[in-house]
Amino acid sequence: MKKKDNILKKIANKAYEFGFVSKIKTDIIDSGLNEDVIRLISKKKNEPSWLLEFRLEAYRHWLTLKMPTWAHLNIPPIDYQAISYYADPLKKSKEKNKEIDPELMKTFEKLGIPLEERLALSGTAVDAVMDSVSVKTTFKEELKEKGIIFCSMSEAVQEHPELVRQYLGTVVNYRDNFFAALNSAVFSDGSFAFIPKGVRCPRELSTYFRINAANTGQFERTLIVADDDSYVSYLEGCTAPMRDENQLHAAIVEIVVNNNAEVKYSTVQNWYPGDAEGKGGVYNFVTKRGDCRGKNSKLSWTQVETGSAITWKYPSCILRGDNSQGEFYSVALTNNYQQADTGTKMIHLGKNTRSTIISKGISAGKSQNSYRGLVRVSKNADGARNYSQCDSLLLGDKCGAHTFPYMDIHNNSAVIEHEATTSKISEDQLFYCNQRGIGTEEAIGLIVNGYAKEVLNKLPMEFAIEAQKLLSVSLEGAVG
Amino acid sequence: MSQEQEYIDIFEQNLALIKEPCAELLNEAREKAAIRFKATGFPGTKEENWLHSNVAKRFATDYGMNLGRVEVNTDRRTLFTCDVPNLNTHQAFIVNDTFRDGESGKKFPDGVILASLNRIAEESPSLLEPYYNTLAEQGDSIAQFNTMFAQDGIVLYIPKNTVVEETVQIVTLLQANVEMLSNRRLLVILEENSQASLLICDHSAMEKQTLSTQVTEIFIGRGAQLDLYELEETAYSNTRLSHLFVRQEADSRFGHSNITLTNGFTRNYISVSLEGKGAEADINGLVIGDKNQHTDNRTIVDHKTGNCNSNELYKYILDEQSTGVFAGKMLIRPDAQQTVSQQTNRNLCLTSDAHMYAQPQLEIYADDVKCSHGSTVGQLDDNALFYMQQRGIPADEARHLLMYAFAGEVIENIKIEALRDRLHMLVEKRLRGELNHCRTCALCK
Repeated sequence: MKKKDNILKKIANKAYEFGFVSKIKTDIIDSGLNEDVIRLISKKKNEPSWLLEFRLEAYRHWLTLKMPTWAHLNIPPIDYQAISYYADPLKKSKEKNKEIDPELMKTFEKLGIPLEERLALSGTAVDAVMDSVSVKTTFKEELKEKGIIFCSMSEAVQEHPELVRQYLGTVVNYRDNFFAALNSAVFSDGSFAFIPKGVRCPRELSTYFRINAANTGQFERTLIVADDDSYVSYLEGCTAPMRDENQLHAAIVEIVVNNNAEVKYSTVQNWYPGDAEGKGGVYNFVTKRGDCRGKNSKLSWTQVETGSAITWKYPSCILRGDNSQGEFYSVALTNNYQQADTGTKMIHLGKNTRSTIISKGISAGKSQNSYRGLVRVSKNADGARNYSQCDSLLLGDKCGAHTFPYMDIHNNSAVIEHEATTSKISEDQLFYCNQRGIGTEEAIGLIVNGYAKEVLNKLPMEFAIEAQKLLSVSLEGAVG
Repeated sequence: MSQEQEYIDIFEQNLALIKEPCAELLNEAREKAAIRFKATGFPGTKEENWLHSNVAKRFATDYGMNLGRVEVNTDRRTLFTCDVPNLNTHQAFIVNDTFRDGESGKKFPDGVILASLNRIAEESPSLLEPYYNTLAEQGDSIAQFNTMFAQDGIVLYIPKNTVVEETVQIVTLLQANVEMLSNRRLLVILEENSQASLLICDHSAMEKQTLSTQVTEIFIGRGAQLDLYELEETAYSNTRLSHLFVRQEADSRFGHSNITLTNGFTRNYISVSLEGKGAEADINGLVIGDKNQHTDNRTIVDHKTGNCNSNELYKYILDEQSTGVFAGKMLIRPDAQQTVSQQTNRNLCLTSDAHMYAQPQLEIYADDVKCSHGSTVGQLDDNALFYMQQRGIPADEARHLLMYAFAGEVIENIKIEALRDRLHMLVEKRLRGELNHCRTCALCK
């Protein structure tokens, strides 16, 4: 048993491999938040006045809010004045030099995202966001031919202001919650994607987020609009360097899905989780929501959450259009002192709407992992159907796994099912593997990957491999 | 003036009057409870545990409280005669909040006490002192409210190694000419290896608005067994705020069937704490709601040590504009290894005006456990209905049969045959809308 413990510890303690800091010249504004800072951000980005107004309104609303405390999380107080709200890693050059800092390229190489060559082979269009600013978007021209707009948010504000204005804040209003208000006030960049009518996006669109600068928060904003009969698959990945202090990441993702359109949004979240003593790490407080406005529209969220000191997010679907469909597939892994309170909301408004929730929680070390999900069926949502399954796996006797589903049903034709189980890896399964010559740690990896397979299968291939690797790094062996 | 303040003022101005007829034990707890109540006040609907039940609103009515303990002239025989046929019980009554003796079949075994809480607290305080308010102390502000105002209630005490074979039946009634608020208190103590079954029937039915808070503390000693049946048949004008706290020691067994047939606004908080290895809790509930009935059951099973089992089944049938709330939490503490815990919640919504809020919750801090919960909301199975119609059963009849079978699963868990039969009958009639109360009850005539 002791020996097994040691092996497990070794693996569980494996260092965070994306923890390097890049020496990139970064333009950071002073920390602190007030209206002047917001005006400064807006000015730096040369934004139209309506957007500044939007930011200021959000900021004024944010001032009236208090940070919510209902989550099953232990969050140390956050000093919002100690954070710098804007960090730009691009070289300051007046002639808008498109050349990217070689250090920055190296950073993305290290992350396994060579922006040009390798992606050409894998066929993914990438928008990379470092600290606050989108640094590079690939394959733009090719996408343009099809009428697809895929660029950074700042670019979209300059080049397609009418589209941004039409959709920004319509899915996640700045009044929605504390962090949505904060993000609406200070968001610095993010990605924008517009898929026109009838177009099937030929490539997976991808955003890669990285926090590099110290003492900064990352507040990006993603807006995806899928017009009638279109399809897009969108990937999101994130990493951050190892730092002793906590960093705040409060993003917003808004998705609009029109008639017969389909959006698939996949996330592999690997922000720095803090060290084995729970020091440092990213606070990942994100509002993600999709509005299935059109008939027969479909939105699918897939997430693999392995990073962050604290994860607090609920990617949600508003099923407004008749026959619309929402899906949520999640693997959330917590180790050491990580905490997660994550899940989804399925709001059934249209007729014959369907939703599926598959959530797999894995807790190890001294971590706390909670699933919290809401299924609401409104009075007019005839024929709504939901199936939820939330399983938790406990690796170690010091961790916690919690399930808090909410079902608010206001229509008698709804069929709602929820089931949850919690258990550890059974001794029998381990014994069986051992007997057949598979070492304990390998066996655990095997069993856990099998356990998460239902979700991993939903990921696009490149991501599935990364996710599997991540799981095996963070997971294997935390069993005692 | 806020509602809390109104009641705090009543409490402070009448403290001497409240204390006067009561034992020291009850009075001691009172003021501490008042401090806690003042700190929190009535829970608002923004509080996680009260999201769907606006309890402060229920206190808005200008109720009378019989703090001076004016004797209410009642002949309980005219009020209530609906004992379960073929069931020999030891009966006792709580009229408003006052203990009344009832008819009993056989004599109790030696040492068993079924008596007024206030009287026993007066006569032998040392017996109750280790128990009274020790669990309710941790309760929410409504439990504190009850402790502030409680003046009487019932004690059931069963000494070591004693088996009470006949069911003990406690009937709670309300009797007044005005809007009425009463605070009942029940204390049940089972010492080591004792056994009993207890049936509590709530018949607080008046035409006027009534509100009753009820705090029940149950202590089940090592190896002891208690089956508790709670049956609510009150009126649409009634508000019931009940708190049930149970503490179980090693190898004890607790069975609970909580059945709400007719009611107005009901909130049952059920907290079962498993504190000794090998303890077992079996918790069942059935709610049948129509009109504007509101039934909120909130259960928490707290596994404090390992090797305990808990099993929970709650079913709701909601018709017309009724609302059902179910929140069941299973809390497995860090060292509660080898826990087996299972929870099932099934709900039928019959109209689109009926609302169901379900929150089954697992909070687990130990790894060697088997825990699961399942919850569904839906309607009757169309295929089953079609099948039955095909075989000549009219649609309405088929629907009744299916609902009856749906409810049957909970009733089948009742161990007393006579009570089970009675409940089958009551539920069937209830589903057919033929009765809101049992026919023999004077109130229903």
